[in-house]
Amino acid sequence: MTATREDPDDHLHEAAEAWLHDALAEAAQAAAAPPEPTSPYVSASWELRFAAAGRHCGPRHADFVRTLLLRTARADPDTLTRLYRHGTAAERRAVLLALPALVPGPEALPLVEDALRTHDTRLLAAAVGPYAATHLPPHAWRHAVLKCLFTGVPVDTVADLPRRARHDTELARMLRDHADERTAAGRPVPADLHRVLALTVPPEES
Amino acid sequence: MRIFDPHIHMTSRTTDDYQAMYDAGVRALVEPSFWLGQPRTAPASFFDYFDSLLGWEPFRAAQYGIAHHCTLALNPKEANDPRCTPVLDALPRYLVKDSVVAVGEIGYDSMTPAEDTALAAQLQLAVDHGLPALVHTPHRDKLAGLRRTVDVVRESHLPPERVLLDHLNETTVKEAADSGAWLGFSIYPDTKMDEDRMVAVLRSHGTERVLVNSAADWGRSDPLKTRRVGDAMLAAGFTDDDVDQVLWRNPVAFYGLSGRLHLDLPSPAALHEGNSVLRGGE
Repeated sequence: MTATREDPDDHLHEAAEAWLHDALAEAAQAAAAPPEPTSPYVSASWELRFAAAGRHCGPRHADFVRTLLLRTARADPDTLTRLYRHGTAAERRAVLLALPALVPGPEALPLVEDALRTHDTRLLAAAVGPYAATHLPPHAWRHAVLKCLFTGVPVDTVADLPRRARHDTELARMLRDHADERTAAGRPVPADLHRVLALTVPPEES
Repeated sequence: MRIFDPHIHMTSRTTDDYQAMYDAGVRALVEPSFWLGQPRTAPASFFDYFDSLLGWEPFRAAQYGIAHHCTLALNPKEANDPRCTPVLDALPRYLVKDSVVAVGEIGYDSMTPAEDTALAAQLQLAVDHGLPALVHTPHRDKLAGLRRTVDVVRESHLPPERVLLDHLNETTVKEAADSGAWLGFSIYPDTKMDEDRMVAVLRSHGTERVLVNSAADWGRSDPLKTRRVGDAMLAAGFTDDDVDQVLWRNPVAFYGLSGRLHLDLPSPAALHEGNSVLRGGE
């Protein structure tokens, strides 16, 4: 047997295609008739597929496959919350990526806030997507932007950055203070900071 | 020299250790769940720990170019505490995770009836999840403990070639080898095995099915002991291929039985850009 499962190219290999086909069928079935949970520790079969997607489809395809499963199962906020809480970092990332498609309101914000408290850049990058752009309140959103600068998550990852940054004088102050702190310490100011700062400037002042 | 440390508790180690391990040739490791020194009082405390072995710790390891997998279980010591045993009910939800490559560490500590129950139940969980098992042998009354362990494995549905018996030494290696299991040796600064005794064991028993680990944790231990064994093997006349078999191919073969090993990682140079463990790129 082979010790590792690797895709030679960017396409799902044949076994992964078949696996995904079955997994999507189970997810679609759950969407049509949600199974009754029998115990807090027993998971629906599509949820087990959600957990195992990395090894069956390859780590590079895991985000895509997991978010597709969530959308096919039409996972509601309770399900998304459970999968996030029970998930590995990779599974939590997929839940965050799926939020804009599945949760129209702000009720999944606690998951975004949880991810923003971590220092795991994979989770931070997934947390600052379109769902955060729509729902994250100003204070938390500014801290999320600052945290990206702290941890090296490229600010291009922050969804809708120009719109939310525009006229945000408080964000501008935080960025300037951070730049001052870096300069005082003799450390370089990240180029991304200047880019975000430029976005905060009202057009008439630029 | 490429090194796979098949048993090390990185949660208790620093980023300096990760860097030193990478510099010494470590490119992959397995972190078994175990006792944390301070007894836990609730299953939730285990779940946070398991989450860490599935989340934050692999992230830290990846920043230093090291592939991180884990083994999960209720450890033998805490299997005796009724406040902790409900962990057994929750384990199935964790054993399906991608980076779990075995059930472990299971086995005996004081050889109690509660430990009997936990060991047998978790060997069955390994069977149910297509996983091998990492079985710790006790520090006290070791030979009797090994015999009892081998008996329980024999009574289980898990074939011995899917079992790694760990913390072996001169007194237990023969019976462990006769059982058909894989043979693990932990190299410590002053307890368990040392590198010269390890070389002597390799001379008499050969390199087949033998794995060497640092088992480094929060106690006096050294995460570079795997490298020391490789150096001692070469000094004693073993070939580069022998060293590669013990320090890389054997652990890859054993944990590869899970079908879940993923050993491709970007180089740490690429990852150090934007490294949050460096706290804001200072």
